[in-house]
Amino acid sequence: MEINKNIAISETGFVFDPSTGDSFMLNPIGLEIIRLIREGKTQEEIAALITEKYDVEESAFERYFYDFVSMLKHHQIIQEHEKD
Amino acid sequence: MKRTKITVAVSGLNNMDSPGPGIPVIRGIRESNVFDARIVGLAYENLEPGAYMHELVDKTYRVPYPGEGSEQLLERIRYINNKEQINVLIPNFDSELFAFVKAADILRSIGIETFLPTLSQLDERHKANLPAFGKKYGLMVPFSKNITDASEIEKLKDDFDYPLVVKGKFYDAYIANNKEQASMYFNRISAKWGLPVVIQEFIQGTEVNVVALGDGKGNTVGAVPMRKQYITDKGKAWGGITLNDHTLMELTHQLIRKTEWRGGMELEIIRTADKKLYMIEINPRLPAWVYLAVGAGQNLPEALLKLALNMPVAPFTEYAVGKLFIRYSYDMIRDLPAFEKLSTQGEL
Repeated sequence: MEINKNIAISETGFVFDPSTGDSFMLNPIGLEIIRLIREGKTQEEIAALITEKYDVEESAFERYFYDFVSMLKHHQIIQEHEKD
Repeated sequence: MKRTKITVAVSGLNNMDSPGPGIPVIRGIRESNVFDARIVGLAYENLEPGAYMHELVDKTYRVPYPGEGSEQLLERIRYINNKEQINVLIPNFDSELFAFVKAADILRSIGIETFLPTLSQLDERHKANLPAFGKKYGLMVPFSKNITDASEIEKLKDDFDYPLVVKGKFYDAYIANNKEQASMYFNRISAKWGLPVVIQEFIQGTEVNVVALGDGKGNTVGAVPMRKQYITDKGKAWGGITLNDHTLMELTHQLIRKTEWRGGMELEIIRTADKKLYMIEINPRLPAWVYLAVGAGQNLPEALLKLALNMPVAPFTEYAVGKLFIRYSYDMIRDLPAFEKLSTQGEL
């Protein structure tokens, strides 16, 4: 997974796609996950980091993570590599 | 740098809910570092707000509608020119362009420059001619048909699926979901704008617009793409944002290169979910949102003046992406004598 290169994400979680003009707001956890994606972390690494830091079951996190990633893909904020 | 004093006549002062481009064009000219302009407003109605915006418009004259006859309009321009010595005239209404394009040589002979599309450019991009235009220049355009009689609406189902778009030859567009709505919009539009009425295939997608300026030799002097963020019930942008979209820019450059477009233009494009770009309309003038281009770093009204005055113009190569415009309404308070003066003497 990687963030599409033209997407702008501010420190406050404001996301702007300059090719479509769409903008979105991320909550703090969403922003944290986006940063981890940007660092090149895999889904497994992100799950490990988040479940260690927060009080959340791995299975519950996976479900939320899947929904979140689907939404990011739908809005063309991230794209998936072949190997992903 | 010492700014050059010029007098510019500008129409489209109807800065209302469906605004004309006059005031945004004037704001660009006012911000010019090259020109120190006296602005002469040309108003078709007594309550066009621009006539009362004295910080932007120095003097306003009433002019007759082009529909009342080109000669009357030209005669009035001659009268105004005798008083004002106009250097450049920028017409901002689609409906007056034909008259001013035809009169360009006469205007030049009395010292007034314009920078407008040619008659053939004006005609071939007309929305009634869009399918042929698309074919000629290799653009994707929606299927469309011109109709001149309400009885033709019944037969539209042979060529179109509903919804379809009903458009006036100059302005207005409505989405009709059935033949009853199509009939209603046909009557409304034909009463206001005359015939033909254009029936256009409805393309599902996101509308994106480009404001651009061509030098008449195939070069793009400037171009800024925008997406409407907030739209009024008349479909007008009340807020918009500049985009970074190479495909849109390439399409604009190609179109200007192939048509050798002369003057300002606005492209109305639908981008479908699979990223195809359909040209739905080409307006042959700068649009009412042109001040966004000025704010984003391309003072297209100033560049248009330079082209009209045959001055060298360096093409703009960049603009700020993510620049927003948010339109607002504002109540001016004026005294009755101002309205009286424009109504009775035709000047303010």
